[in-house]
Amino acid sequence: MQHKRMTSQNQGRLTIIPSLQLPPPKNHCKQLIHTASISKELTNPTLSLPLMKKIRNFCIIAHIDHGKSTLADRLLEHTKTISEREMMAQVLDDMDLEREKGITIKSHAIQMNYVHNGEQYTFNLIDTPGHVDFSYEVSRALAACEGALLLVDATQGIQAQTISNLYLAIENDLEIIPVINKIDMDGAMIAEVKDQVMDLIGCKEEEILLASARNGIGIEEILTAIVERIPAPKGNPEAPLQALIFDSMFNSFRGIIAYFRVFNGSIKKGDTIRFISTDAEYEADEVGILKLGLQPANEVKTGDVGYIITGIKNAKEVKVGDTITLSGNPGEPIKGFEEVKPMVFAGIYPVSTDDFAELRECMDKLQLNDASLTYEIETSQALGFGFRCGFLGLLHMEIIQERLEREFNQTVITTVPNVSFHAYTTKGEKLIVNNPAEMPDTTKLDHIDEPYIKAQVISLPEYIGNIMTLCLGKRGILINQSYLTTTRVELIFEMPLTEIVFDFYDKLKSQTRGYASFDYSPIGYREADIVKMDILLNSEKVDALSALIHRSRSQDFGRKLCEKLKELLPRQQFQIAIQAAIGAKIIARETISAFRKDVTAKCYGGDISRKRKLLEKQKEGKKRMRQIGNVEVPQEAFLAVLKLD
Amino acid sequence: MAGIYIHIPFCRKACHYCNFHFSVSQKLLPQMINAIAHEIILRHEYLKEKIETIYFGGGTPSLLQPDDINLLMDKMFSIFDVEPDAEITLEANPDDITAHKLLAWKSAGINRLSIGTQSFLEADLQWMNRAHNAQQAYESLKLAMQNGFTNISTDFIYGTPDLTNEQWLQNLETAQELNIPHLSCYALTVEPNTALKKMIDLQKKKDVDAEKQSIQFELLMQWAANKGYEHYEISNFAKPGFKSRHNSSYWQGKHYLGLGPSAHSFNGNTRQWNISNNALYIESINKNIVPFEKEELSSTQKINEYLMTALRTNEGIVLPHLELLSDKEITAGIIKDAQRFIRQHLLERKNDALILTSKGKLFADGIAAGLFR
Repeated sequence: MQHKRMTSQNQGRLTIIPSLQLPPPKNHCKQLIHTASISKELTNPTLSLPLMKKIRNFCIIAHIDHGKSTLADRLLEHTKTISEREMMAQVLDDMDLEREKGITIKSHAIQMNYVHNGEQYTFNLIDTPGHVDFSYEVSRALAACEGALLLVDATQGIQAQTISNLYLAIENDLEIIPVINKIDMDGAMIAEVKDQVMDLIGCKEEEILLASARNGIGIEEILTAIVERIPAPKGNPEAPLQALIFDSMFNSFRGIIAYFRVFNGSIKKGDTIRFISTDAEYEADEVGILKLGLQPANEVKTGDVGYIITGIKNAKEVKVGDTITLSGNPGEPIKGFEEVKPMVFAGIYPVSTDDFAELRECMDKLQLNDASLTYEIETSQALGFGFRCGFLGLLHMEIIQERLEREFNQTVITTVPNVSFHAYTTKGEKLIVNNPAEMPDTTKLDHIDEPYIKAQVISLPEYIGNIMTLCLGKRGILINQSYLTTTRVELIFEMPLTEIVFDFYDKLKSQTRGYASFDYSPIGYREADIVKMDILLNSEKVDALSALIHRSRSQDFGRKLCEKLKELLPRQQFQIAIQAAIGAKIIARETISAFRKDVTAKCYGGDISRKRKLLEKQKEGKKRMRQIGNVEVPQEAFLAVLKLD
Repeated sequence: MAGIYIHIPFCRKACHYCNFHFSVSQKLLPQMINAIAHEIILRHEYLKEKIETIYFGGGTPSLLQPDDINLLMDKMFSIFDVEPDAEITLEANPDDITAHKLLAWKSAGINRLSIGTQSFLEADLQWMNRAHNAQQAYESLKLAMQNGFTNISTDFIYGTPDLTNEQWLQNLETAQELNIPHLSCYALTVEPNTALKKMIDLQKKKDVDAEKQSIQFELLMQWAANKGYEHYEISNFAKPGFKSRHNSSYWQGKHYLGLGPSAHSFNGNTRQWNISNNALYIESINKNIVPFEKEELSSTQKINEYLMTALRTNEGIVLPHLELLSDKEITAGIIKDAQRFIRQHLLERKNDALILTSKGKLFADGIAAGLFR
């Protein structure tokens, strides 16, 4: 199964809470992020390194909300890695954004010690992100493990994301320990979910563990199974160093902290190391293991998981999937390394043109800790100077926008997102078009290719009809339909990626009442009849609202977009004409009538506060508007295209 | 110089559009008078300045017995230093106005009446659920004039769904024929949590028509200019010498003490407002505690309040005053932001002031928000 080449070097996530006496700052962090405090103590020379056969490296594969973070919390508690008093809910999900979205965006790791039959074992739990945008990262995290807990919600059963990650785990020869969670909840379908699991991985019923992470049921059994069922790492301590980078994070004091798993050899403080893909060499200023904070050590040995700090400041230089080796005694690269490749492109502009320089500084800083973000300066007639940014997916785009607003205090306009098209000119040139403005004139165009994906949807049989209608309406071709169990059906489509970019997730959710999960992987480019659709406000073209879409969808799309803009644009003192056009041809039109008054009749007896607050709110709204010609366009209008019915 | 506002939170009937604090049950009225009288004592230190204006508002202060008014007046005069020529206004509903009451008010020291006429049209008054009829609307004004009140303001509401432009002008003409020197004219506003809002939502009443309201506002402005009424605030019109000194003080940032439930006070740095609940207000005052919420104003908020209130007046935003309140840089920023509105002919720069044009008066809120810091 060819998989998306996606990664996110770092979403700026804090690894582990540094010190629970000093909780990380919340929303008011303006610069970069709260970063893990790093122990200033020197390496503890008495720290004993675990024997390889006592190490267990594993991860948890789960769908969003199936209880991964809660289970991680319980494992940390039971192994006394973190005391109950210190336990903050969901230790592994630190960034505010993640808590709100309820997903683990970014992987990281933590080490636990567990005594079984009088023997002490070292567990490295490697956390994995749970969203389709970050599946390359998942694949690298899996590659660092020998085993995986397959966590399934007893009330919901197996979901698409779980299956695709499970396949990845199986490809990586991981030992799978199935765990059914939330068994004590109303609506738990233990027998049915057991059947699903047995069907999927071909295990025996007695191999499936039953748990309730929330209430601490089944946790000891899970810990025992980790010892007994997950193999110890294999590797040659004497061989040249091969350490796989599965994650990295940015610390504003220490630079990039890379997380790795040692496959062969060992890595010591002071070693001169080499990153194989970039061929860059650095000194290992600090190495160590991952406890609740970073714990420096003299050496990280074969089979273990650790971190390295080299003074690198830019996340781009430390690539997930790359191999660390020693300069003096280099080993071979670990297979599976892929470069980051953005899938979705959009413009990001300051709301006020004066703020471009400031936004540029923020983008630079943001990229330092998120190497998967790519950007270059572009100009728009409507919006002035800004950036054309490449993202791993729509979620990634949303995260970047939110981080700019929350952490960097920027108010930005994000333009209509698009995929990367290949335009072939009549002269036989191939152009990569990441922006509607770059699309050559139709007279010079021979043809356009668009990226396709293989989409996997898992749902209940009663929604097959709705899913078909949705996917076929989005130019999908049904490739396969199969029943995973009697109540779980899997549909495979080939679809243009661009159709996923616009409103696909929300529609899928509403068409299946939330009972569908979705995953995809790219399958190359195909020729398509793509046209550029422009939006005009009072006859003035707004380039930031132009979109590249399939001709068959343009009429409907243009009409809906005009309707949506009519809803979103505030009325002004004059009439506003909204038009959608392909070339010179107007395909849709809406009119917003002028508003006639905006004045409070009565400034009531001294209640100045209420009125002032109302107007302050109005002012805040205006800050998010951009003047285009004589029309004020609110920030959200630029993304109207994502919210069409 | 400062003012005092007394809120009398009782009405005979609930006007469908009203969102002020009032009760139609008058059970608590006697206790309320005592409580307000007591609040005067509790808050004797709030204002250090001389009192220039007193305003009985509501609710319906004309419901009060003359004795009640005397009691409150005596209390205020004994506690505060009231100027001999202070403007003392009472809001009165036409249905409360009798010769007897007018004389009593006069002897209590009331020298200005603000009469809730709203319209001279029967259908209009019924639509609003007012307590008075068309005849009372007319007679009450006449009676007030006959009984020696010359400083009279009448409230009008325009832009009700069935009011024609001709009818609207006729209302204004009638007031002018009666020699009413001050008019407060409000476009009907559908406020949340009012009967009117509910009825419109349920489609039992027609919604207001903004287009028609703006035409009636324009007619009003023209008419007032022709008849010699100065349009000195968005909703207020006065013959020379008859501007409301009390209301003007709100717009001029003067300090004021608000007494009674829901009343607002301002001392230059903080705004506070009493609890909007009659029973709780009385209970608390009886325990010698004034129940209020308070807001400390930041320098930006002070600037914004000035912009918002000054813009509504015909003096406009006086730039030297603005600079005193802020600084050179902030003032320059506001002048820069004003350019857009000047280009759109919504705002004018006259000497040292930014003043709304007639067209701009229709968009005062948006312009104020546009100038906010």
